[in-house]
Amino acid sequence: MDAWRVLVRGASVIGILFVFSFWSAKGYNRGWSQNQVPVKNIDPVTEIEFTTYKKRFIPGLDYLAGGTALGLALFGATFLRRRSHNPSELRSFPL
Amino acid sequence: MSAIPTTLRSIAFAGFTIVSAIASPKTFDLQDPKGVNAIQFKLDSILEPIAGTAGAITGTVTFDPAAIEATNGKVSAAAASIVVPNAKMNEHLLGASWVDAAKHPEISFAFTSLTDVKSAGANKWTATAAGQFSLKGVTKEITVPVSLTYLEGQFGTRLNKPELGGDLLVVRGEFSVARGDYGIKPGDSEDKVAPVIQLTFALVGGAPKS
Repeated sequence: MDAWRVLVRGASVIGILFVFSFWSAKGYNRGWSQNQVPVKNIDPVTEIEFTTYKKRFIPGLDYLAGGTALGLALFGATFLRRRSHNPSELRSFPL
Repeated sequence: MSAIPTTLRSIAFAGFTIVSAIASPKTFDLQDPKGVNAIQFKLDSILEPIAGTAGAITGTVTFDPAAIEATNGKVSAAAASIVVPNAKMNEHLLGASWVDAAKHPEISFAFTSLTDVKSAGANKWTATAAGQFSLKGVTKEITVPVSLTYLEGQFGTRLNKPELGGDLLVVRGEFSVARGDYGIKPGDSEDKVAPVIQLTFALVGGAPKS
């Protein structure tokens, strides 16, 4: 087996594991990825609940699906083989 | 001899001033110095509801605690201030096929009076506001159930400057509109994004002591 195929397969598996670990470490967000997180606050005088946003990336299911699909595509690509153009094979074809 | 009429005139003038101060309507500015005011919206969607806020609220409400039915005003939100947690989704929402913030920069609700006014406690009322809601350049008549809370003398207290005096008016409400009625992807992708937008608002208006 070619060395590059082993390397790409290894990198794909590590990539998928990284994507899953990052997604789970950030709280298993089963919604869309968030670039800013809503934070609820209460105004003490009026008792109005209002939202402010904090810049933070929280990966969602789109991130998990995209990362996994990319890893699987790379992994699958290592099984593709180039068509043989060996002239000796052509010569030995029975005529 | 002329002292009595003068005293009477003074009492009458003082009484008139007090009655005028109590009875006169006040104008509450909705541009909150603490930036609390916002309209929250929610649409059901695949994965999770699309929820966000529109801040940058401006407008006024004229309110008289002695004549609640006469309350009127206009609330506007800058379309460009719409925020949802996902940046790509935010871009789509502000784009031409959704609210088209560049072409229609204002979302507003204007009402001229209240109906079904009911007391809900001390300085609290519930009512129905009928008026014109404008979104993406389309204006339609709608009714919105609202609650009003009058916080007398709290304007300065809230800003940590009690010497300012003044009053606050809190207006809360909840209503929904069909996005298709306002030219937002009518009949399109309704299996992915709900056709109805739920809107909730809690706004505070300030009337400094004049």
